Amino acid sequence: MSNEGVDVGKRRFLTTATSAVGGVGAAFVAVPFISSWQPSARARAAGAPVEVNVGELEPGARLTVVWRGKPVWIVRRTDEMLASLEPVSGELRDPDSEKPQQPSYCQNAQRSIKPEYLVMVGLCTHLGCLPDYRPDNAQGQLDYPGFFCACHGSAYDIAGRVYRGVPAPLNMQVPPHRYAEDSVIVVGEDPDSETEAA
Amino acid sequence: MSLMTWIDERFPASQLWREHISEYYAPKNFNFWYYFGSLAMLVLVNQLLTGIWLTMFYTPSAAEAFASVEYIMRDVEWGWLIRYMHSTGASFFFIVVYLHMMRALLYGSYQKPRELIWIFGCLIFLVLMAEAFMGYVLPWGNMSYWGAQVIISLFGAIPVIGDTLVTWVKGDFVLGDATLNRFFALHVVALPIVLLGLVVAHIMALHHVGSNNPDGVDIKKNKDERGIPKDGIPFHPYYTVKDLFGVGVFLMLFAGVIFFVPTFGGLFLEPPNFTPADPLATPDHIAPVWYFTPFYSILRAITFDMLWVPAKLWGVILMFGAVAILFFLPWLDRSPVKSIRYKGLLFKVILAVFVASFLLLGYLGTQPPGGWRGPAALIGTILYFAFFLLMPIYSRLDKTKPVPKRVTQ
Repeated sequence: MSNEGVDVGKRRFLTTATSAVGGVGAAFVAVPFISSWQPSARARAAGAPVEVNVGELEPGARLTVVWRGKPVWIVRRTDEMLASLEPVSGELRDPDSEKPQQPSYCQNAQRSIKPEYLVMVGLCTHLGCLPDYRPDNAQGQLDYPGFFCACHGSAYDIAGRVYRGVPAPLNMQVPPHRYAEDSVIVVGEDPDSETEAA
Repeated sequence: MSLMTWIDERFPASQLWREHISEYYAPKNFNFWYYFGSLAMLVLVNQLLTGIWLTMFYTPSAAEAFASVEYIMRDVEWGWLIRYMHSTGASFFFIVVYLHMMRALLYGSYQKPRELIWIFGCLIFLVLMAEAFMGYVLPWGNMSYWGAQVIISLFGAIPVIGDTLVTWVKGDFVLGDATLNRFFALHVVALPIVLLGLVVAHIMALHHVGSNNPDGVDIKKNKDERGIPKDGIPFHPYYTVKDLFGVGVFLMLFAGVIFFVPTFGGLFLEPPNFTPADPLATPDHIAPVWYFTPFYSILRAITFDMLWVPAKLWGVILMFGAVAILFFLPWLDRSPVKSIRYKGLLFKVILAVFVASFLLLGYLGTQPPGGWRGPAALIGTILYFAFFLLMPIYSRLDKTKPVPKRVTQ
């Protein structure tokens, strides 16, 4: 092929322009393929709030409900358990709950709306396992009541605050929730109930 | 005009046969370590064949996957055999591939001019790990579920985009149908195609530069008057027959596991995976299948924050780094010789420590965390990385021996 009499500059411009336009087209075509991996409309709709009656929960007992496919624990804490929150705080990574692992209305010493009731997503913040509930130290790993994840040895106190020196980086997550009545909790809605949780 | 001539005028059949089989001259001194390349191909064929048959009976849905696997095991004629061939094949794939990689370390098969063979090989290893992980999720047993949960959560450690990325990979706020279906598509269609392409590239690169050998001698430097390497022998019939012997021994071991110990004491198929996936009950002890355990140990080795990076992110960085660093091996090794036969004591000791640390990490990954195992995993991780990161230094300090001109007997 002879290049004689060819406007090389024009040819280069056309090659570049064609590649650029083709590249933009390819990028646009990639959008539906990548977006199709996001949760579908059906999956998003399944995230509705869950109503729980905690009236018959014994002190020290734990109830598990499923919200957005995640286990949500409701623990009715005893006075001894609440009393352990102060002495244990020296061993914790984030004792004052500074990391955004709870709604602002639960950023307090008990990480709850009512001190008695702990509402928490029961997934370890390390890699998403289900920690064991340890209401006392009968099994040894913890000196105070709390939660212990057998997968990789992460430990939490009875407010879901993570210990130092374990693989989990954050306190366990407190989901948005409100009290519809004195003993009815709605998981997935904030107290003002205007903004549904993201 | 013969049929072969007719074909050759339209498709280079005879030419391909000569170039890659009958007139591909391989060094005559291949030893035991050279069985594993062809064995990996054999296992790949086994995985493709049994995999295609399994898709004929398997149902990729969270509600039916577990039951369809039990259906294969109990009701489908010979279904149990086809599935055990596939599940045992996965473990044997990694046995063969790890030994194949060990051969490259022993004889410097990644050194110039074989860097791209090594890189294609590393990509094959990477795809194989993705393939094995997604395949393990498909039966939707409890270990499938929680294994997937743990591995997908790893992406959550990435700052800023982590949580979005996790939801994108899962296709839902929780592991479920969406995740299972896309893993099925990737496991049976996308990744096998990529794998086959990489295997072709691996072999084409190999046949372009020629095989290394246990002496690390370039046989192309000594050719006879016909241009054939004096130390080379045609792949067929010499190595086809040798490899066939290896296939015979391999199949005996393979069949032994399939028929007598298909779960291999919980190492090839783990006990919790014989119960259906339960999003509300984590198995007491989550451990991956044995071939991932060294990397799993590295993942959980760091339990403290360092340099403003949280422990969890360190684990993820180091685990992926442990695979990524393999790609740089050809440029980390500054030794003037290829084969361990002509390297000095220093390299031999360091290689032995590396192998020991890899095996230690592998063992620790099968065990629950805690006690002495935490510090041991940390030491193993440091030794693993030291092997690679210090290589530019010790490979230069090492006292090498002179390499002969021709291969030894």
